Amino acid sequence: MIAGVVRRVVGAIAVLLGSGTLAFAALRLIPGDPAATLLGGAPATPEAIARLNDELGLDRPLPVQYATFLGRAARGDLGWSFQYNAPVTEVLGQEIGPTARLTLTACALAAAGATALALLTAGRRVPRAVSGTVELVGSSTPTFWLGIMLLTLAGFRADGIWLPALTLAVPVGAVLAQVLRDGLETALSSPFVLTARTRGVADRRVRRAHALRHALIPALTVLGWTAGSLLAGAVVVESVFARPGVGRVAVEAVMAKDLPVVVGAVLLASVVYVVVNTLVDLAQLLVDPRLREV
Amino acid sequence: MSLLTVEGLTVEFGGARAVRGVSFGVGKGECLAIVGESGSGKSVTARSLVGLSGGRVAADRLEFGGEDLRGLPERAWRRIRGRRIGFVLQDALQALDPLRTVGREVAEPLVVHRTVPRRRIPDRVRRLLEDAGVPDPERRAGQYPHQLSGGLRQRALIASALAAEPELIVADEPTTALDVGTAAQVLDLLAGLRDRGTGVILISHDLSVVARLADRIAVMKDGLLVEQGPAGQVLTAPRAPYTRMLLDAVPSGYAEPVEVGEPVLEARSVSKRYDGRTVVDGVSFELRAGESLGLVGGSGSGKTTLARIALGLVEPDAGTVLLDGEPWSGLPERRRRPRRARIQPVPQDPYGAFDPRYTVGRLLDEASRLSGETATAEDLLRQVGLTGELLDRRPRDLSGGQRQRVAIARALALRPAVLVCDEPTSALDVSVQAGILALLDRLQRERGLALLFISHDLAVVRKVTQRVVELADGRVVASGPTRDWRGDRETIPEPHRI
Repeated sequence: MIAGVVRRVVGAIAVLLGSGTLAFAALRLIPGDPAATLLGGAPATPEAIARLNDELGLDRPLPVQYATFLGRAARGDLGWSFQYNAPVTEVLGQEIGPTARLTLTACALAAAGATALALLTAGRRVPRAVSGTVELVGSSTPTFWLGIMLLTLAGFRADGIWLPALTLAVPVGAVLAQVLRDGLETALSSPFVLTARTRGVADRRVRRAHALRHALIPALTVLGWTAGSLLAGAVVVESVFARPGVGRVAVEAVMAKDLPVVVGAVLLASVVYVVVNTLVDLAQLLVDPRLREV
Repeated sequence: MSLLTVEGLTVEFGGARAVRGVSFGVGKGECLAIVGESGSGKSVTARSLVGLSGGRVAADRLEFGGEDLRGLPERAWRRIRGRRIGFVLQDALQALDPLRTVGREVAEPLVVHRTVPRRRIPDRVRRLLEDAGVPDPERRAGQYPHQLSGGLRQRALIASALAAEPELIVADEPTTALDVGTAAQVLDLLAGLRDRGTGVILISHDLSVVARLADRIAVMKDGLLVEQGPAGQVLTAPRAPYTRMLLDAVPSGYAEPVEVGEPVLEARSVSKRYDGRTVVDGVSFELRAGESLGLVGGSGSGKTTLARIALGLVEPDAGTVLLDGEPWSGLPERRRRPRRARIQPVPQDPYGAFDPRYTVGRLLDEASRLSGETATAEDLLRQVGLTGELLDRRPRDLSGGQRQRVAIARALALRPAVLVCDEPTSALDVSVQAGILALLDRLQRERGLALLFISHDLAVVRKVTQRVVELADGRVVASGPTRDWRGDRETIPEPHRI
């Protein structure tokens, strides 16, 4: 068990190191003078370029720069945004709260909705056909369209978090419901469920106490993958609903060629992705005792 | 006194009748065995006794302890299941929830039926496991099913069926997944229950299993009861031709001696370790052309690993294997591949060993092409007692026996000198098994094939092999002519996992 935890954490650190390296490479591979690129839309006066070269050590050898970049990133120093005239960490830091609230609410909505839907429809012919159709539509609806429709229906009053969270939750929840129901149905047709029924266990208890845990195993894996999909969705939803958030800042940074912020957002996304998937792996260890021994 | 009375039981699945008017009864302290081959309707019959057949059930009488079970609402069924009728399925690895501890599984009937106050449940679980012959019950209750050996799992499953002290136990193939020794212990456990007054219904495809326990035997075929009577009478003086056929199909007697040729396969002090555990420990044997060598032992004794080493699929850590007198182990794959045709496997489950999308013809042609064999697919089918009609079928459209014959035909297409048969008939019905064993015997004699024959069924080993090597914990504990082998030692002790 402990070995499993250690292995997963070491793996996560390796992935983070990799994404840091890619971010560094992206910064340096862009053609043109790196200092000028880093200045983005800000006026590239010789003084500004000289200051940047000095600050970032852009005139020093590449390996030294690489080490410096990683060292600073590890301490949370991602450079300077000239568009906002503030450190990148500060720019992104202010936006993390709203985005976290949005994605976590969406995640909770998706998980709760999907679980309820799967528990109610698994193994029941008509309900599963109905809900299967709903899920197919839900998972293939573009986020921006759904957002605009909901916004229209609500009469363009979208101050609360529920509407944007729902927009974000629908496609994710639909996929999750499909995976959960599939897992439930596999579990419900297995011999251990038959055994539970022969003990006099009621159908509801069979679903909740036995089958649901089995369905969680594939669903958790999907949930880890959704972390990426939620972040990508947040970019769209925050723009549609005009909410503050990392997604919107990232879009604006791309428009303004504010490269340090773009790289910072990418790094942040990869950190979230890695952390979520490591947590998912650890949760799998809790759910499935068979994984604990390897 | 009759505990359960069934008259004219019929179970339908969308118009198809799986059970067609079956009548039987069980009394307290009595064991009724329902015997039949796959598709006979015996499992459906068993499940309809707890209202879980999944089909439409009708009966003239279906009474348990004086209560009419016909048309019982689900809620009433739940009060009977687990509380008054316990049910034991085969293969406890799948019949116990792998994500829950053994203790929770055993306790479930107690929780559901509230027969014991909650705080006394752990105590009760420990006693139930102990009574079912599970050593160190406290520790076992905290473990998960995959941490227990097959025999212990099956005992835990029985303990769970007994938890709420039911008056009747229905056991559907409770020993099929177990080796002989463990199976005998599980049957003894059921016998003890019967002797203490519990009614037992034992479902099995194997008459020899049933013979140990049953007071009465009912034989089913195609959804009908073809014969029913006291065990002694059914086993010794069967009236129905089908029963007689089943009894004749049970392997008995010894294989005829053969003329043997040169050694084709030789293992010299072969050892293999996995994760620090020695699975095969210094095993040596010699297999000569034309003879059949049995490899026997309980589960976990190293039989299958040894077979893989013989096939050149697993490298031994120590020792050497010779094929046709030349080195076979320790070679790079490119030097081994041209000689692979010389030694071919016959799988336990041929369904899993075929590409399900290939037709029989294509499966055989592929093998023939590899060896440059000139025999057509149809010739190959004829050699294993099948006809060309099957050429266009796919594996799923074949019966179990046909599939195993096709697997043998595919092995023959490569003109092998040795067939490695790993439990080749354990997934088959007895009558089908008899046919496959006869086929292997014929091939051995006509073609001078050598067989390395792995089985946990001692009767089969006696019927097929001339010599035998018995393994326990990876070591050879006995070897010699099958006739001299202490075959009466029916209990091969199973190494309990720690």
